[in-house]
Amino acid sequence: MAVADGAKLHLPENVVVSRLDELANWCRKNSLWPMPFATACCGIELMATGASKHDLARFGAEVFRFSPRQCDLMIVAGRVVMKMLPVLQRIWLQMHEPKWCISMGACASTGGVFDTYAVVQGIDRFIPVDMYVPGCPPRPEQLIQAIIDLQDKIQREGTITGREFDTASRQARKRALVEIIDPMGLDASRNPVLQRELAANAESFVAGS
Amino acid sequence: MPFTPPPVDDVLAALTDRFGGIESSVFRGQTRVVVPVEQAFETLGFLKDRGFDLLVDVTCVDYLDYRDSPMQMPACGGHRYGLIYLLASTTTNQRLTLRVFVDDPRPTVPSATPLWEAANWLEREVWDLFGVRFEGHPDLRRLVMPEEFTAHPLRKDYPLQGRGERHNFPVITRENS
Amino acid sequence: MADAVATAESRKPKAGENAATRSEDYLWTLNFGPQHPATHTTLRIVLKLEGERVVDAIPEMGYLHSGFEKIGEHLTFNQYVTVTDRMNYISPMANNVAWHHAVETLLGIDLTPRCKVTRTIIAELARISDHLLCNGAVGLDTGAFTFFLYGFYQREVIYDIFETLCGARFTNSYTRVGGASHDFTPLVIEKIRTFVKTFPKTLNDMERLLTRNRIFVDRTKGVGVLTKEEATNRGATGPVARASGVARDLRKDEPYLAYADYDFNVCCATAGDCYARYLVRMEEMRQSLRIVTQAVENIPAGPINVGIDERTALPTKQQVYSTIEGTISHFELSMSNRGFEVPTEECYASIEAPNGELGFYLAGDGNETAYRARCRPPSVLHFALFPHLIRGHTLSDLVAVLGSLNIIAAELDR
Repeated sequence: MAVADGAKLHLPENVVVSRLDELANWCRKNSLWPMPFATACCGIELMATGASKHDLARFGAEVFRFSPRQCDLMIVAGRVVMKMLPVLQRIWLQMHEPKWCISMGACASTGGVFDTYAVVQGIDRFIPVDMYVPGCPPRPEQLIQAIIDLQDKIQREGTITGREFDTASRQARKRALVEIIDPMGLDASRNPVLQRELAANAESFVAGS
Repeated sequence: MPFTPPPVDDVLAALTDRFGGIESSVFRGQTRVVVPVEQAFETLGFLKDRGFDLLVDVTCVDYLDYRDSPMQMPACGGHRYGLIYLLASTTTNQRLTLRVFVDDPRPTVPSATPLWEAANWLEREVWDLFGVRFEGHPDLRRLVMPEEFTAHPLRKDYPLQGRGERHNFPVITRENS
Repeated sequence: MADAVATAESRKPKAGENAATRSEDYLWTLNFGPQHPATHTTLRIVLKLEGERVVDAIPEMGYLHSGFEKIGEHLTFNQYVTVTDRMNYISPMANNVAWHHAVETLLGIDLTPRCKVTRTIIAELARISDHLLCNGAVGLDTGAFTFFLYGFYQREVIYDIFETLCGARFTNSYTRVGGASHDFTPLVIEKIRTFVKTFPKTLNDMERLLTRNRIFVDRTKGVGVLTKEEATNRGATGPVARASGVARDLRKDEPYLAYADYDFNVCCATAGDCYARYLVRMEEMRQSLRIVTQAVENIPAGPINVGIDERTALPTKQQVYSTIEGTISHFELSMSNRGFEVPTEECYASIEAPNGELGFYLAGDGNETAYRARCRPPSVLHFALFPHLIRGHTLSDLVAVLGSLNIIAAELDR
């Protein structure tokens, strides 16, 4: 029984007080069921992560269900080509909320080694991604680190109603690689420094000087 | 010592008897024979009856850049597409390469599918990536590219990064998923 | 069990499809889509079922086509080996060996004895790794999870050997034109010796689990039978063909590297069903172990790369700093407008990869990049076999047959 004692509330040892959000986050993060969208070599490292030497089941990812209706974490492991992308999008839409996505490997994050006519240069162009794992292929330890980091993210940001997915930062599209349209900085419309210079020296650019 | 395959002189002699002059050459122990398009199917059938029962590969080389280069290859003789049939015999271990040259407006070659069922998908791939048609093929459609794709990617005038088809898809964000 | 994703949508009619002789109304279309639980990644099969029996299967591939052959026209020979790793990613060393075998045939380079033996060893270790995964996948798909995990643990041991050798678990890019990127160190040889000593026990354990297991035998015997004539006509090579009685093994018929010096048997079977393919692969692992045992005790001393006169492999730092030939050779190879001389010719070279005959058809045009780099993938022809094998069998046999053909999607689609 709780005894109120002025400023502090003494709780017996078998009582824990928390917020409902945190409790829900704790449950969700420790039972992430991955849906392996394994296309290529990273798929083998994903299988190796689930095998006995680097056991992913220790982190709650016990079952690799292959049905999107039963999973909450999609791990896209391997390059996604344009023929496969509609399939990826359909599987993502079939998963129930709350759902997260890990883009495993260089090919899924940015296109990797394959800058060709068929490979999508980063699935984050078409799917919202929560965690990127670099590597070609990433070691199983890296994937486990990504799962741990995703668990921390869920614990920090999650809510029981899924309100964290409505925040501006989650809604904004992000890319693993930001394309640099103007690497030398010569396009004045995108370069404020150059604009200031040009404005300051505008008189000296009058014809004749 | 690197291995040299068993000689195919008897096969070449038989081919010359049957078809007249056959242009052949040897490089690193591998014999290549050039056959005109009209004789291609007959020659393949003849070779299959002579014991070349394994069709190893059917592929194509696009000689677009070769023709204008200063190193005038003896290879392509001014044609654009060189179809290559790699044949092997499981009984005598002989290997033979057959080359058939076709040109641009409508590159067409008779299909080898009636002879070897292995040619079915290999020819589909050549159609898909190069645009060489195979007459008599039971099911000539694209194999590796999506059905809606219009270009033939492995031709030399198609760029490596493509023409924008790879990113022509709808975007799914958090709010509509 | 096949948790195949069933979609109720009707399939688009495909041109040239064989119309079934029976009425279409009784047939149910099941899409074994590109995302499926069988561990063979992205391939798609549209099945027409009558109850549980497969009437027709229309395979579709291309869900992993990344334009490897087009990349081959833009990367140099030593850069492209990184891309060949990603083809048959279960045994990447075999792909590296195959690619450089083709390049060295085109350039006319003869390797040093040490390099031949080391490449033989890693190719055989890759074969063991591939067969462990293939049979493991057959086990996993038919329900034997323990078998899969045993196999995977041994693969981790092989990964450890490769990591000690060249730093990467798989996707090693180990070979170079005229040699290799790293030489065998005593630690690597020690690890290989340990593996050779401990692997037979695990292999025996794995065999005890499945080979005489009533359930496994019932699921695989008589399923997916491929006759000898069909195998050759349809272009099957490797264990798939050998299990049907075609006694063709490029290691014996066209010996490359150092295979002519070692004593091993070629494993064949006559039944041609899934069980025969499983047995052929198990026995091939034992033969590979025999080759590795003989080879690792007799590695010749000497350099691993060919000499600097050949102007193909980078010279050692010692040679670069102390001899004029070494300096010149280093300059010639490193400057981008020089590099080694490639004849303007075409050639084909193949090896006995774990999956079958893996060959590369190379056309050179004088530059350091190939004009055409065609990969002849065994998986394409094996996948084309699939409808022929599965007709008349039930849905549960599908995964057993698909697993036994060892179709790797990246090699299939390139």
